[in-house]
Amino acid sequence: MMSTRFFRNIQLGVKTLLLHKMRSILTMLGMVFGVGAVIAMLAVGEGASKQALDQIRRLGSQNIIIESQKPPSESGSGTMQVRMNIYGLLYDDLTRIEQSYDTVDRTVPAKLIKGQGRVGGRSIDLRLVGTTPNWFELVAREHLVGRVLIDKDIATNANVVVLTEHGARKLLVGRNTVGSMVKINQGYFEVIGVIKSESTQSGAMQTPDQQIDAYIPLDVAIERFGDITVTRSSGSRSRELVELHQLIVQVNSIDNVESTAAGIERTLSLFHPKNDYRISVPLALLRQAEATQRTFNIVLGSIAGISLLIGGIGIMNIMLASVTERTREIGIRRAIGAHRKQIIGQFLIETVVLSVTGGLIGIGIGILIPWLITMFADMPTIVTLWSVLLSVVISIGIGVIFGMYPAMRAANLDPIVALRHE
Amino acid sequence: MNTLESTQQVNQPSTHSSIESKSSHVIELDGVWKTYRMGDQDVNALAGVDLKIERGSFWAISGSSGSGKSTMLNLLGCLDRPTQGTYSLEGMDIASSSDDQLSDIRLKHIGFVFQNFHLIPQLTVQENIELPLFYQGIEATQASERAVSLANRVGLGDRLKHRPTELSGGQQQRVAIARALSNNPSVLLADEPTGNLDTATGDSIMALLTELHDQGKTIMMVTHEPEIAAFAEYQLTMRDGKIATILETPNRKTGVTPS
Repeated sequence: MMSTRFFRNIQLGVKTLLLHKMRSILTMLGMVFGVGAVIAMLAVGEGASKQALDQIRRLGSQNIIIESQKPPSESGSGTMQVRMNIYGLLYDDLTRIEQSYDTVDRTVPAKLIKGQGRVGGRSIDLRLVGTTPNWFELVAREHLVGRVLIDKDIATNANVVVLTEHGARKLLVGRNTVGSMVKINQGYFEVIGVIKSESTQSGAMQTPDQQIDAYIPLDVAIERFGDITVTRSSGSRSRELVELHQLIVQVNSIDNVESTAAGIERTLSLFHPKNDYRISVPLALLRQAEATQRTFNIVLGSIAGISLLIGGIGIMNIMLASVTERTREIGIRRAIGAHRKQIIGQFLIETVVLSVTGGLIGIGIGILIPWLITMFADMPTIVTLWSVLLSVVISIGIGVIFGMYPAMRAANLDPIVALRHE
Repeated sequence: MNTLESTQQVNQPSTHSSIESKSSHVIELDGVWKTYRMGDQDVNALAGVDLKIERGSFWAISGSSGSGKSTMLNLLGCLDRPTQGTYSLEGMDIASSSDDQLSDIRLKHIGFVFQNFHLIPQLTVQENIELPLFYQGIEATQASERAVSLANRVGLGDRLKHRPTELSGGQQQRVAIARALSNNPSVLLADEPTGNLDTATGDSIMALLTELHDQGKTIMMVTHEPEIAAFAEYQLTMRDGKIATILETPNRKTGVTPS
């Protein structure tokens, strides 16, 4: 009974609003743009942050990445033509970290050497990565052909290499991949497998792997290429001695990542007074990105709030005009016997119908715009269910809040005065 | 005519009939004053009115402007409360009722007919007639049946889906009368019901009211036209907020049968 009356009230409200189509549409515009902007902006923001968070997650949220870096004080300070820079992570650091922390599950050392791969007449620049089988577990990538490095390769110092898809395509066109021999910096390596690379060029976060990687056993790298690299630049030669370029530490649980990172930092600082390393914690970056996202959401929320407020005031303005215009109608209804709360109900329903219709159109626009952005600007966007639901709730809320005052004004009119109103 | 009587019986509220049986007077005014404050002085719109209205009687109230007849009608219609004195409608004390109680009394016991018809423009004829039933919360199919029978009764059965603006003045007033009857009121209050109509149309409206009176409706009508007042059984004249004269109409007009 109550619900059919409510339904009839809505029906009558819609009917009344349809009497002034243009006015109703213009009144709704504020809500349409407000809600549309909120959903569209949230979708773009959500898409961008998801992209950033994915990038960070690809680094592994349980990982701590330590990289060697040339200490700033030593670069260019000498005047010698040939000089040796000694810096970076040591083989001993690996052992120290592995043995000092219970929370460390796995460590992966990596030695990065510039190289050139040749097969027949083809050649490409490679980044040789001397590492251990653990690499392939921490930097989990799809295996395309063959196998990756295993403990036996380490034990036997096998001259084997795992290429990336990119490298394999460039070097081994039309050949059987597995079993082919690749000449890398004067040595021959047998290709045992190909993996995918998920390296991305853009973004602040560089993944541990790159497209031009070629993975070989760590000991083979040490034996063949040593720790010293020589770079020639404009006639002068500079030599560098770096034992390990990179160390990836996997912690047993996410909760321990930050404490372990702090511990490693302390340990390393004892042995590396020159500050020739850099620790990055993807989890910390993740947290930072999430915090940025929260700030972004607050800013968006404020903008959305203001636009919805303006939309609401627009509706209230029109409803006040409508109450004045329909004073006589209110008088008639009251004379017939309508209670104050029934008059309030009538006007509230009209306001809510306006705001919710505006909100629903806004939701439509808010879904359409991100879709167009994704189509034409190739930016990821995500329309979240909660932003849509929130918009519906806010639309109803705005209708009720901004409709209440005009409705009360209508209900409090003196029926005798209202009936005489021309 | 039969339709109206039968529907009246169907929708007669049980409480209603029990009150009716108590007294033959629908309305009793006893020492009623209505005082308005205008600026810094009090104006007595009604200054001590005593009146008893018998069930089924037909009254015309007249008087010059400022005589208090409008105030009287508003008071009788429970749109207003007396400042002093008692007003009982169907035995209910109006003076001490709250706004919500007054709304309920209007909803169940009063039917208004206005000079300007006062139909709601965005509603159809049927919806206008159903409006009091809608506020009473009467089920849609039942309300619709009653509206259709009332529309037939006032001769507008073929105009149910029309808007008020598509009707002539006389037709609009008939819709207004149908609406006023839809709640089967204890008293029908008409405020210059023919004031906006030409003589012929006005007479047909008066014929309709006379017919309703013949069927037992209590009717109170404000008018300033003696020819219209002549349709009533009793003619009440007001002056300075008081009842000046009450006359029984010697040769009552009965009007023509409505088309």
